[in-house]
Amino acid sequence: MIRASAKESAFAGRELGIVVALVAVVGAATVARPSFLSGQGLHDLFLNASIIGLLAIGQALLVITRNIDLSVGSVMGLTAYLSGQLFLADKDLPVIVVVLAGIGLGAVCGAINGALVAIAKVPALVVTLGTLYVYRGVDYAWASATDTTQINAYQMPQGFLDLGSGSLLGIPNLTIIVLVVLGITAYALHNFRAGRELYAIGSNPDAARLAGIPTGRRVFSAFVISGALVGLGGVLHAAYFGTINASVGTGRELAVVAAVVVGGVAIFGGSGTVVGAVLGALLLTTITSALPILGVPAFWQRAVDGAALLVAISLDRAVMVRLAERLRAERAVRRAG
Amino acid sequence: MRDRLLRWETALLVLCVVVLVVGAGSDGFAEQSNISFLLLDYSEVALLAFALLPIVLTGEIDLSVASMLGFCSALTGTLWDAGMSFETIVPIVLVAGALLGSVNAVLIVRFGLPSLAVTIGTLGLYRGLAYVLLGDRAVTGFPENFRPLATDSIPGTFLPYATVLVLVVGIAIAVLVHYTPTGRSLYAIGLGAQTARFSGIRVDRIKTTLYLVSGALAALASLVYTLRYNSARADNANGLELVAVAAVLLGGVSIFGGRGTVLGVATALLAMAGLRNVLFLDDVSNEIQNVITGLLLILSVLVPVVFKPRRTKDVPLEPSTVDTERRSGADPDRGVQRDHQGV
Repeated sequence: MIRASAKESAFAGRELGIVVALVAVVGAATVARPSFLSGQGLHDLFLNASIIGLLAIGQALLVITRNIDLSVGSVMGLTAYLSGQLFLADKDLPVIVVVLAGIGLGAVCGAINGALVAIAKVPALVVTLGTLYVYRGVDYAWASATDTTQINAYQMPQGFLDLGSGSLLGIPNLTIIVLVVLGITAYALHNFRAGRELYAIGSNPDAARLAGIPTGRRVFSAFVISGALVGLGGVLHAAYFGTINASVGTGRELAVVAAVVVGGVAIFGGSGTVVGAVLGALLLTTITSALPILGVPAFWQRAVDGAALLVAISLDRAVMVRLAERLRAERAVRRAG
Repeated sequence: MRDRLLRWETALLVLCVVVLVVGAGSDGFAEQSNISFLLLDYSEVALLAFALLPIVLTGEIDLSVASMLGFCSALTGTLWDAGMSFETIVPIVLVAGALLGSVNAVLIVRFGLPSLAVTIGTLGLYRGLAYVLLGDRAVTGFPENFRPLATDSIPGTFLPYATVLVLVVGIAIAVLVHYTPTGRSLYAIGLGAQTARFSGIRVDRIKTTLYLVSGALAALASLVYTLRYNSARADNANGLELVAVAAVLLGGVSIFGGRGTVLGVATALLAMAGLRNVLFLDDVSNEIQNVITGLLLILSVLVPVVFKPRRTKDVPLEPSTVDTERRSGADPDRGVQRDHQGV
């Protein structure tokens, strides 16, 4: 029971930490510019955090299993470009067809990563660093083969653009989509057998295999699901921004991995939640939006993402060490008594 | 093990020859100026790969090399812009590179954090700081008495000065890795940090030094890059870590550590430089070249796994991306840490 309580306090500390950081950033930005906390300000904040939050959900699934996907930015770019190309081919295409096509292409990209990692047993870091460039190259090659460097909003149907920028009862559509996905994934991860097995795989892959968990299949599925979510993210990016070129999503992998780690998913797997990952994405997005208001040039964004990742893993480490000391002390007391 | 290694390097050599033969078919490949260009074009990648090699041998990784290059290039530009003489800038930039490397070292060695996560973080941080220094400006007009060192060949030969620098660094790394006790201990660390530590190898000190050297070599590469293109920009060498990692892995270095040779990496560099040059001469776009580099990277880790002889595995196959097992060696709290994962 000691273990359980110590663990709970660690988690409460993490989520509390994110919330405190969020309040601090929002507070500082609101003092500098009161409209930051207005209805419109919050609306924009959630809208900006939505797509990166979606990517963070998928990435969290992978990091929990001790894997990583560095190709997310490229897959997102590829599916965003796909949606544009589909509308160029036929502007009357139903929106749902394009959304499904994006999800499908994302899932295929994820399946390629997953097959290499799970079946061929090649480290995810290397595979996805490779596919990062392969998928991006396909994107550029497609753009140059069709001689379409940029696809603009007027070439896409209004219904599609409304999906990206519209809102329901004041909540942006994108945010609703992310919350639905988050709800489903969080429930499945917490309650389904397969979801629990992802944690077991991340905690100790060999033990998980010996316990009869089909580790290869589970990791493969995690890659496919993550790919599908990234695919959806690409389509939503196209719908939201309305302008697409072959460089969409370049470098996004850093922000996504940072969001997941800041959200409390251990980089060596086995612990963390998708809710934490989305909170991490929200925090990073909030910081990014607050920077210019606080007089910090936008050029700082990349540095802030990287620094946030470093601070998060250092804090995790410090908490671990403190916990370990406390447990050792408790154990010593029990042994003495 | 040994004959497998030999086979890998033989395969690389064959790849080299194939590239050269195909290259000979392209117009202008065999010309002296083109060979010089081919060598020059890969000088920065080679420096980064030689920095990465010993780190990967110990089972760690440094994904921030290209960002360190970018930062040092931006720093060079800023200082030059401020009117400092180039002679003064060179040592400052080299020290700055070593400092960046020492930040990695502190986080990885002192705090015991996973090198993958740390260097993804510093990849963003250092590149971000480069933008903070220079924004989207470009600084040009570097001194004409220094530029030839990065652009010209030694008079009367096809050998560029920068390639001589690469050769010197490569030979130094080769001597270090293959002919010194410290170098041999890199392999021991890669095969099992804990065993190495208990055998009296100063694991922490060695790893710290490797990250410092990595930063200094990235700084050296940044000087070559900046002078060669006569341009300091924050996005210099963006994404070059892929090429460096690809060269190291294609060179037969195991991503899990403990296996690989400098000769292998040098051969891989030559093959990749030749391939890039052939593609360039055939007007293949940069993006498609990236696809090929990406595929080479995947193939270099896929092929040994697929064609692995059936035998008892002596190297753990878990992803090294998250190698807490081997890294945490003498960590007192390691057992507890594992207790807290999962559930």
